[in-house]
Amino acid sequence: MPFNLLVLFCLCYVVMLFLVAFLAERRAAVGRIGWLRSPVIYTLSLSIYCTAWTFYGAVGYAARSGLEFVTIYLGPTLVFVGWWWVLRKLVKIGRQQRVTSIADLISSRFGKSNLLGVVVTLIAVVAATPYIALQLQSVTLSFAVFASGTPEGWALPNRDATAVWVAGGLALFTILFGTRNLDAKEQHHGVVLAIAVEAVVKLVALLAVGAFVVWGIGGGLGAVFAKIGAASIPDWVIKPDRWFGMIAVSGAAVICLPRMFQVMVVEDGDERHMALASWAFPAYLMLMSLFIVPIAVIGLERMPAGANPDMFVLTLPLAEGQAGLAMLAFLGGFSSATSMVIVESIALATMVSNHVVMPLWLRLAPQSAMSGDVRRIVLLARRLSIIGVLALGYLYYRMSGGSVALAAMGLIAFAGVAQVLPVLLGGIFWRGATKSGAVAGLLTGFCVWAFTLFLPFFGPDAVLSQAVFDQGLMGAGWLRPQALFGVTGMDPLVHSLFWSAALNTAAFCIVSLLTFPGPVERMQGAAFVNVFDADAAGPQGWARGRAEPEALLVMAQRILGEDQALALFEAEARAQGKGGYLPDATPDFVAGLERRLAGSVGAATAHAMISQIVGRATVSVEDLMAVANETAQIMEYSAQLEAQREELTRTAGALREANEKLKQLSVQKDAFLSQISHELRTPMTSIRAFSEILTEGDLPPELVANYGRIIHDEAIRLTRLLDDLLDLSVLENGSVQLNIGLVNLQPLIDRALASAQHTRPERDFTVLRDLPTESLFLRTDGDRLVQVFINLISNARKYCDAGTPELKISVRQRSGRVHVDFIDNGTGIAKQSQGIIFEKFARLTDQSRAGGAGLGLAICREVMANLGGQVTYLPGRGGAAFRVTLPLRIGQQAA
Amino acid sequence: MAKRRAPLFLKRKSYRRRRLRDAARLLPILGGFLVLLPILWSPSGSSGADTAWDGIYLFSVWLALVALAAALAPGLAHDAPEGDEADLLPQARGEDFR
Repeated sequence: MPFNLLVLFCLCYVVMLFLVAFLAERRAAVGRIGWLRSPVIYTLSLSIYCTAWTFYGAVGYAARSGLEFVTIYLGPTLVFVGWWWVLRKLVKIGRQQRVTSIADLISSRFGKSNLLGVVVTLIAVVAATPYIALQLQSVTLSFAVFASGTPEGWALPNRDATAVWVAGGLALFTILFGTRNLDAKEQHHGVVLAIAVEAVVKLVALLAVGAFVVWGIGGGLGAVFAKIGAASIPDWVIKPDRWFGMIAVSGAAVICLPRMFQVMVVEDGDERHMALASWAFPAYLMLMSLFIVPIAVIGLERMPAGANPDMFVLTLPLAEGQAGLAMLAFLGGFSSATSMVIVESIALATMVSNHVVMPLWLRLAPQSAMSGDVRRIVLLARRLSIIGVLALGYLYYRMSGGSVALAAMGLIAFAGVAQVLPVLLGGIFWRGATKSGAVAGLLTGFCVWAFTLFLPFFGPDAVLSQAVFDQGLMGAGWLRPQALFGVTGMDPLVHSLFWSAALNTAAFCIVSLLTFPGPVERMQGAAFVNVFDADAAGPQGWARGRAEPEALLVMAQRILGEDQALALFEAEARAQGKGGYLPDATPDFVAGLERRLAGSVGAATAHAMISQIVGRATVSVEDLMAVANETAQIMEYSAQLEAQREELTRTAGALREANEKLKQLSVQKDAFLSQISHELRTPMTSIRAFSEILTEGDLPPELVANYGRIIHDEAIRLTRLLDDLLDLSVLENGSVQLNIGLVNLQPLIDRALASAQHTRPERDFTVLRDLPTESLFLRTDGDRLVQVFINLISNARKYCDAGTPELKISVRQRSGRVHVDFIDNGTGIAKQSQGIIFEKFARLTDQSRAGGAGLGLAICREVMANLGGQVTYLPGRGGAAFRVTLPLRIGQQAA
Repeated sequence: MAKRRAPLFLKRKSYRRRRLRDAARLLPILGGFLVLLPILWSPSGSSGADTAWDGIYLFSVWLALVALAAALAPGLAHDAPEGDEADLLPQARGEDFR
């Protein structure tokens, strides 16, 4: 195929990419984003993981080392399949904090430290430069393949010129579509869509070449399978250390590579997109790897011995005369290289401008944050950075001579960016990670990587002298770059990975443990680690600053552009219930504005600029503690209120009960008073009447005597009533004097029976007793107890309505308490009356007013209460039955 | 500081969702185990590995991981935020809980 035709095709393809990007940008500009932000586009954009290194290099890798190349894709597969662990959190943090790059994430997490931003930027640039050079080299090589393969013998005049053209074109595309918007969070729709298209092209191209190789020249699946089995790939044996190390480093790289971070987190991070990508991206990788081994094996078989296996994808179809397929393969490789370079340079340029250029500029001209056009300067810085990054890549390509194997270069870059991983993971999962720790870890890892892998890569006497290789740095034997600390016999890559990861992590952890984080660090640490806790927003850093809203607006306009800034301020003013464009500079608003600005210029720069206006560079530990204390106090206060409320509820319940009781008592007291006045009035009336008659004189003496006796009887009745009342009141007050001693129950019952004889002596009562059980010694007040017994026995004598009345007295002892039951054989007490018989003046019948005032049982109850026992009515015992319960020893509770 | 009291038992649906997350967390561990397994097949020093069969094995594992991740993804994508207020078990309704 004529070389000119190839160039024409290539140009057409590039023009198409420009068109795609342009149309996407225009679509997004009018707000019709729609499918531009779909999960499918997201997943396809992730495919920039597969660079020209994959497209060309994987076949070369497979030809040299067999299946080992799949480790480069298995690592990312595991990371994506396990997205719930790390990627989900990263994406969430990226969205919440408006992260612009991986350097920004690290710098923002560790107190918006610009130093860290610079360190990560440095690592990224150093690691990415060879990688970009690699892409330039692969494009140039592929051009060269076409050139040398042409029958016309048309040779590529100058490889370097090709590389310059490619680099220039890429720079143009990147600047055109990569720096249209300042806010990285506004997404580069054009770029992303162009990458997605390129992702499809490279997949289709590789699959097409694969299919052609297997079915076109390989003779079908079975034959190819047999050939693979028989093929002798010289180095192919699974080396456990390399196998594990490469899976780990590629897994780390897929998180930390600036370009991966750019498309994964910065461009369009979303958990839903991530869910699709979690399986679709590994599937994409699998499809990309599917035909690598067949292509390598068939290529080794059919191509001449000296052919470069890195170019088999291109040279096989060419050699078989499939010009169209070769063209497609060329476009696939071209896509892989360009998409990687575009995104990588955007990502690196963002880092360089946000973490190196802007801080420098702010330092040199602090007043220009207020006066100069920041927007223009940032964009300019970014464009210059893109050119700078590509120029670096080109320079590297020129210097390295474009001779080294593709795979080796890629792995070195992977190992370099993997140095960021410990700090990244520590930052999002461990609140104790500090800025000093991060700096220590990153620098340690970077230095070890550079010394053991990056610099030795150039070969002896290029950067490091042969002497250093042999005798170690400054003659120290344990500082040999490929045998650090005397560890020999390891694969150089694994050796470097092992030591850099170990020392990096150790330095990071140890320094973190020993240092104390600053307030902003602690704030950011909490916000990052607890990103999924909605209520863990944390205290605001600007709580006590004083900011002029107008100054903030002026600055925001300089960065966001006038329309956007005005819209933002107006929306906030409306949210605060104010008209116009100037909301109050509340801490919330200032923090939100800072995040918004951080989306354009990075967290560290945004923080620095805001502090220039708000007037304080940092929030102090005391402020943080104060805010935290306030929160804690409020929480405590509310907890106290809660407790108080519960207590109040309880108290109110108790009060209601008490009130209820008081009301009852009041009713009872009224009833008692009316009863007592009634009881007192009856004898008084008769005494008054008879004494009046007596004072009139001239009465017959027998009448006088009769009346005198009546008065006397009534007076005795009154006295008894008053005695009972007095007794009851003493008992109720609990101020009764008990005469406690050791008494035997039997004589007490004897005494009671004897005393009760006087009640209705005309009735003949049978008393049934069990004398042995009654012989029981108690420690109590015997006289009081007898009083209760008398009362109960008298009641039985009075009210038992049986023809041949009987009274059964039984005594039992149960667990330290004595039960004395008095049971007669009468009709007993009706159920509804059982509850009131112990009340004062409760009289069930009026018929037999045997001199009682209805206080007897009430007194019994009080006496028993004073003796630590009780008297109760026993229902269902045939007649009236009362049980007296009292402790064996007064004051002793029931066991 | 008062912590939100997390419910001890969950309704069937929330329970399923949690186990889905567990599965998502376990999947890479399973994958890691399976892709590291070939290390044990060919002790270093032995002659070249069987590229064809190793390849078949690795790609099968790969495909299985993709399939499993694809099966888990829809449930995880519609996952509610971490809050589990709605997860409180209504004991009164006597729903199944574990």
